[in-house]
Amino acid sequence: MTPHSTAMNAATDPPTTRPPANQPLLQVEDLVVEFPTRRGTLRAIDGIGFHIDPGEVLGVVGESGAGKSLTGAAIIGLLEPPGRVAGGRITLENERIDGLPPEAMRRIRGKRIGAIFQDPLTSLNPLYSVGRQLTETITTHLPMGQAEARRRAIELLAEVGIPAPERRVDQYPHQFSGGMRQRVVIALALCANPRLIIADEPTTALDVSIQAQIIALLKRLCREHGTAVMLITHDMGVIAETADRVAVMYAGRIAEIGPVRQVIKHPLHPYTVGLMGSIPSVGMERARLAQIDGAMPRLTAIPRGCAFNPRCPRAVERCLADRPELMAKGTSRVACWLHGG
Amino acid sequence: MAFADTMRRALDSDLFYSFRRSPVTVAAAVTAALFLFASGFAPWIAPHNTYEVVTLNLSNAFLPPAWTPSGRAEFLLGTDDQGRDVLSTIMLGARVSMAVGFAAVLFAAALGITLGLVSGYVGGMVDAAIMRVADVMLSFPAILIALLIDGVARSVLPRDLHTKVSIYVLIVSIGLSTWVQYARTVRAITMVEKSKEYVQAARVIGLHPALIMLRHVLPNVLGPVLVIATIGLALAILTEATLSFLGVGVPPTQPSLGTLIRIGNNFLFSGEWWMTIFPGAALVILVLAVNLLGDWLRDALNPKLR
Amino acid sequence: MAAYIVRRLLQAVLVMLTVGLIAFAMFNYVGDPVFNLVGQDATAEDRERIRVSLGLDRPFYVQYARFIGNAVQGQFGTSYRVGMKVTTLLAERLPATLELVFAAAVISLFVGVPLGVYTGIHRYGLLSRAFLTFSLVGISLPTFLIGILLILVFSVILGWLPSFGRGQVVSLGWWSTGFLTKSGLRSLVLPAVTLGLFQTTLIMRLVRAEMLEVLRTDYIKFARARGLSERTINFGHALKNTMVPVITIMGLQIGGLIAFAIITETVFQWPGMGLLFLQAIQYADIPVMSCYLILVALMFVLINLAVDLLYYAVDPRLRADRAAVAGRSV
Repeated sequence: MTPHSTAMNAATDPPTTRPPANQPLLQVEDLVVEFPTRRGTLRAIDGIGFHIDPGEVLGVVGESGAGKSLTGAAIIGLLEPPGRVAGGRITLENERIDGLPPEAMRRIRGKRIGAIFQDPLTSLNPLYSVGRQLTETITTHLPMGQAEARRRAIELLAEVGIPAPERRVDQYPHQFSGGMRQRVVIALALCANPRLIIADEPTTALDVSIQAQIIALLKRLCREHGTAVMLITHDMGVIAETADRVAVMYAGRIAEIGPVRQVIKHPLHPYTVGLMGSIPSVGMERARLAQIDGAMPRLTAIPRGCAFNPRCPRAVERCLADRPELMAKGTSRVACWLHGG
Repeated sequence: MAFADTMRRALDSDLFYSFRRSPVTVAAAVTAALFLFASGFAPWIAPHNTYEVVTLNLSNAFLPPAWTPSGRAEFLLGTDDQGRDVLSTIMLGARVSMAVGFAAVLFAAALGITLGLVSGYVGGMVDAAIMRVADVMLSFPAILIALLIDGVARSVLPRDLHTKVSIYVLIVSIGLSTWVQYARTVRAITMVEKSKEYVQAARVIGLHPALIMLRHVLPNVLGPVLVIATIGLALAILTEATLSFLGVGVPPTQPSLGTLIRIGNNFLFSGEWWMTIFPGAALVILVLAVNLLGDWLRDALNPKLR
Repeated sequence: MAAYIVRRLLQAVLVMLTVGLIAFAMFNYVGDPVFNLVGQDATAEDRERIRVSLGLDRPFYVQYARFIGNAVQGQFGTSYRVGMKVTTLLAERLPATLELVFAAAVISLFVGVPLGVYTGIHRYGLLSRAFLTFSLVGISLPTFLIGILLILVFSVILGWLPSFGRGQVVSLGWWSTGFLTKSGLRSLVLPAVTLGLFQTTLIMRLVRAEMLEVLRTDYIKFARARGLSERTINFGHALKNTMVPVITIMGLQIGGLIAFAIITETVFQWPGMGLLFLQAIQYADIPVMSCYLILVALMFVLINLAVDLLYYAVDPRLRADRAAVAGRSV
């Protein structure tokens, strides 16, 4: 079963049970990320807000350029200059973390929020052994000696499914296959037991057959450790299999956010509708894939009102003039005038 | 009308923007242009015609710069041991330096681009051979190669013939020591283009793929080659100056800045510092300006830094 | 691993043979080879005898083989200009050049690398900009001019350091060293700084460029995302990855030092091989030229070989993956 083909089917599975969330783990409000350029300031993220509860998996989905990766980068304070957070609040376990001094932010990274990036080949330093990179991270965050850290490293490797970890701990990244490397990356991200992991396209660079394994691993580990995940991807199938809730991003804004089943089976925002309709699945009988006409607007040319209005088959007058905010509709929230306001 | 449009687009481009933004680069460009102008027109605009033996007056020899007590206004930067005005010798010398530099770069670029194209397109044994040669040449510094070629020429050619052609030998030897970088860059780009589908498509249509490729390779090659050429110009001027200083560069009849420094060096310790310092300063300023331009160009054209 | 070494050795031999060919061509076909060997004092009969005994009537490859054979035994004939055996001449002058090159290399390494690292890490700082400006001026100054200026300031005006010669040298067997005497060391300062300045700025700019490249990579980004300290990232990860390609280039630069020594030796009248070579060029002294060529080529080849082996030891990828090696020479 490929992630793609399970998109529709997974949506009908019963929801996984979660402990009730008293307070969200991560809270993002009105986040704005800007890039000053010589032609003026570009808003790459224009006032988004969402929360992640402890232990839950929030999928963030959207086309390339929608601002998904930037959101992740902004949260852990790794925005590349000249990009900067120009507004909003980011709160982790009720403490504000946006605007923290670099040293404080550094202590959060790895220890409380971990991150995984897309390309496992380039995520690991080719000149250091895997074990060295693990123990280095472990001793940075946890009060352990070298010997204990090494033992922990071997444990972690076993946990992520690397065979013969005692032997492989001293090997170099190029001696691992792509899937193995991503497992090592996951081990590295989890080694200090963070509460939240930001996974930015963790399977995109892998073979399809490996993708499923890695996603399953991630899911299992996070459930076992109670780690929340912000899963950034453009692959709806992965979201369907793994996420509890999903946020659909478009042109730097959130179009719709809600429980995965709900959003997939009953999409509200016309963009989400288009997205769901354009996913092929085995057993589909249709002459052509549905597609959304046009393309996502460039940051320099975002339309007035709702950013999606030029491509929206159901746009009304108001859509051209006023920008919709996220409004509750059932268990989801959607930014569309068709559903409220 | 079209020209005005092109100008407007050029002025509005990212390239020009980064140029305008950097005052240092603008200063460098202005300096370089000044040198180009002054040296290019030197035979006409130099205050004194210093190489016409008739006009020289030994009683003018060893005059210090005009602002010192014993200097004279007509010899702004002083005179040398033969009574020649230092400012004029600098202008004429810079002319020789720049001419040799440009010629050497053109030669190196032509050779390098050609070999790179051939190497990249033909591939196989030819490519391997050319790249081997390039590797070996790369491990030998330019100075050494230039010295060697000059040495051989000197022993092969009879003396007066050698003097006549020595400037061409110089140009060729500097060019031969620097062609490799052009070749490698062009080869890499050619190889990338060769593997693209339009080359095969051209074969199918019946057009010679090489011609089509050229049309695609040359625009891509222009940027990097320009950067290499600018920095290469600085290197060429320095190499020529060094060789002339050592006495194996330009012939004595066409002195360059390096020659001037060598001559001046003989008198440095007896106190006539201006004969060395001014040509030296001119050389350094010229090379610095070219280097700055090369640096800016490289950063401006680097796609990764955009 | 063994295959790699063998391949590099074969390459080295090939290069030497090629250089030998060029030297041979110079020796035999430029000027008169008999003249090269015995100088101008031999009589006509002597020359004819030598010509036959040398087999100058023999085919090209035989002569070439002879030349190589002679070369390996250290037989390069007699210098036109000086009248001494070439190999003796060069042996006499070799220590001076090597010591100078060594001193310059040490200076450029210990000044260039730290500066490069600093300006790479503190990319936009004021001090960095100052260093960068200085470096730009550094590569715009020709070596000879630096020498002249240093002599002017430190010898003529200030009178602190000598402006020519090696000072007092101590003989250690065949080698003569200036490191063991005070005057030897004092004489070394200005030439070494002159020779090393260009290299220092080159290394500094190189290390900086590499550092900036490395700091942009994904694995550095991931290291940051793991919360590793700036210090660990800069000096643990970035520096190590920077040094790998830098090592190769630095090795090549030593070759540059040997060549630029020619200029420095001229300015400071330093009695080394470079000065000898220059005089040979000016005098069209072919035997010296061809011997110098082979000697220098040998040094380059050995250095390159050493650097390659060092590279191999430092980069674990190469130990298993020889494809990377082939890719590196592109």
